[in-house]
Amino acid sequence: MNPIRLAAMAIVASSLLFVGCTSTGTKQEGGASVEEGGTGAATSGASRGGAWTGNPLDDPNSLLSTKTIYFEFDQSTIRSEFVDVLRAHAGYLNTNRSATVRIEGHADERGSREYNIGLGERRANAVRRYLEAEGVSAAQISTISYGEERPAALGNDEISWAENRRAVLVY
Amino acid sequence: MKRILLLFFVLGVVVQARASTLTIEITQGAEGALPIAVVPFAWRGDAGSPPPHEVGGIVAADLQRSGRFKPLPTNEMLARPSRGEDVDFRDWRALGVDNLVIGDVSPNGPGGYLVRFYLYDVFRGEQITGYSMPTTASDLRATAHHIADIIYETLTGEPGAFATRIAYVTSIRSGAGEQAKERVELRIADADGYAPQAIVSSDEPIMSPAWSPDGRRLAYVSFENAQPSVWIQEVFTGKRERMTSFKGINGAPAFSPDGRYLALTLSKDGNPDIFIMDIARRSLRAITRHWSIDTEPSWSPDGKSLVFTSDRGGKPQIYRVSVNGGEAQRVTFEGDYNARASYSPDGRMLTMVTRVSGAYRIATLDLDRGDYRVMSTGRLDESPSFAPNGSMIIYATRVGGKGVLAAVSTDGRVQQRLRLQEGDVREPVWSPHHQQQRNR
Repeated sequence: MNPIRLAAMAIVASSLLFVGCTSTGTKQEGGASVEEGGTGAATSGASRGGAWTGNPLDDPNSLLSTKTIYFEFDQSTIRSEFVDVLRAHAGYLNTNRSATVRIEGHADERGSREYNIGLGERRANAVRRYLEAEGVSAAQISTISYGEERPAALGNDEISWAENRRAVLVY
Repeated sequence: MKRILLLFFVLGVVVQARASTLTIEITQGAEGALPIAVVPFAWRGDAGSPPPHEVGGIVAADLQRSGRFKPLPTNEMLARPSRGEDVDFRDWRALGVDNLVIGDVSPNGPGGYLVRFYLYDVFRGEQITGYSMPTTASDLRATAHHIADIIYETLTGEPGAFATRIAYVTSIRSGAGEQAKERVELRIADADGYAPQAIVSSDEPIMSPAWSPDGRRLAYVSFENAQPSVWIQEVFTGKRERMTSFKGINGAPAFSPDGRYLALTLSKDGNPDIFIMDIARRSLRAITRHWSIDTEPSWSPDGKSLVFTSDRGGKPQIYRVSVNGGEAQRVTFEGDYNARASYSPDGRMLTMVTRVSGAYRIATLDLDRGDYRVMSTGRLDESPSFAPNGSMIIYATRVGGKGVLAAVSTDGRVQQRLRLQEGDVREPVWSPHHQQQRNR
């Protein structure tokens, strides 16, 4: 991550002098897409107002900054509210064919631990299949299930459980 | 050895000697526990250098913990005999005690001890049994547990499980937010919570410990290097080997009763299925092939079949399959969630996690009669397994937001709780009986 950031900053510096001569990780003002030579960031749902000059994956105004998607209890179906997020990630991966993503599947703490490992894998696979259906190469994706072993929220209640039933895209 | 140490270093895994003790409390005792007196054992050696542990006290605590016995407090004893000729049975009859245990410890060569004990029937005024057991300072507690096993078996007709150990996983969190850290350890302690030792320690999850039938090896899953792998580790040397590290799930290891095979879950072919690995040859055989989640295999004591969790019917239920493969038969029909089943040592019962009106609890299923019983009262109970004598089921539960271990007697009458001073405890597994010499 750090080297990418550094590179991005260097590019930002140079792009101040040569506007339009950009590369991966740089986005122009006003949400304008930068797609020269296919090396620029895909920016569907890009920023509105304010420049984002870092890694597009970290742009708080981009759908790409959403890297966690949540699931219903005992389910691995992609909820409709996360479809746009996954499309954005698919777009990014399709544009950056050398980028890879690791999908981490998780479950809430209820029930047995190894069965929850199975549930977490199902969720990671649901995300993987979605990205592949959007054209992302299988070689760009890896998956792992942590089951209930890596909770995001530590409570033993419905709110925490909902936060823990998730798949996380890690670039 | 050097290579092993290096391996641990590279993987960021360290082995520690000591860990904080598990405290055991009995939260519900059985009515009709047998009154017994265990007199503190006399020391026959130099008064200035007594043995490191008081054997009688350990024996009494073991018997009490089982819930089947009610040891007389030492301050209520009218006499403290340590030789047969000093016993006056009238003293003990007056106190309403059914059985009496006396004994002594003598020096026995450099660093050695000889422990003798006698068990009496107070009403008949007769000795029931007596043993003489050579031991060492480091084995003194084991000898005491062994004496408790003999007394338990003599008086109840069932083998004891005091000279055994428990493996469990601990998690200690520190920091918050970005700095949040979790230290996960696989530990082993005596069945009374004494002498806990971490045998694996990692920043990544460790799960699903399983004993080999000889109690000398543990299989477990470790996520070190961000990849789940099944390992087998020698308990005494710390030497370990990675058994599987396939793409996807490598989980739920279980040793066969003869110790030659490992049943486990792999999702290398697309989704979780049960496999059996020949440990020496490292060859794999697929037992299930189904689109559902098939996991948590557990061997029947005769080694001929496995039970496992599968949601092939829509919800997780327990199924049974021959180790030669073939059609799996559904075993559980009560409730809409049954998982992680394992057999009682006699093969007649299963214990598992079940869902009862939204709560996850421990249940037993009598395989002959079909009786299904919910044994625990928690909301998030999991990971049940039988003691090697079948007398208790140990499991993980939560109390006040903290993971603790609990045990319930198979008849449901006695309940215990095992607490760790800091952090969470989970995934307890009781060791098999220790293979130890008995000298009469």
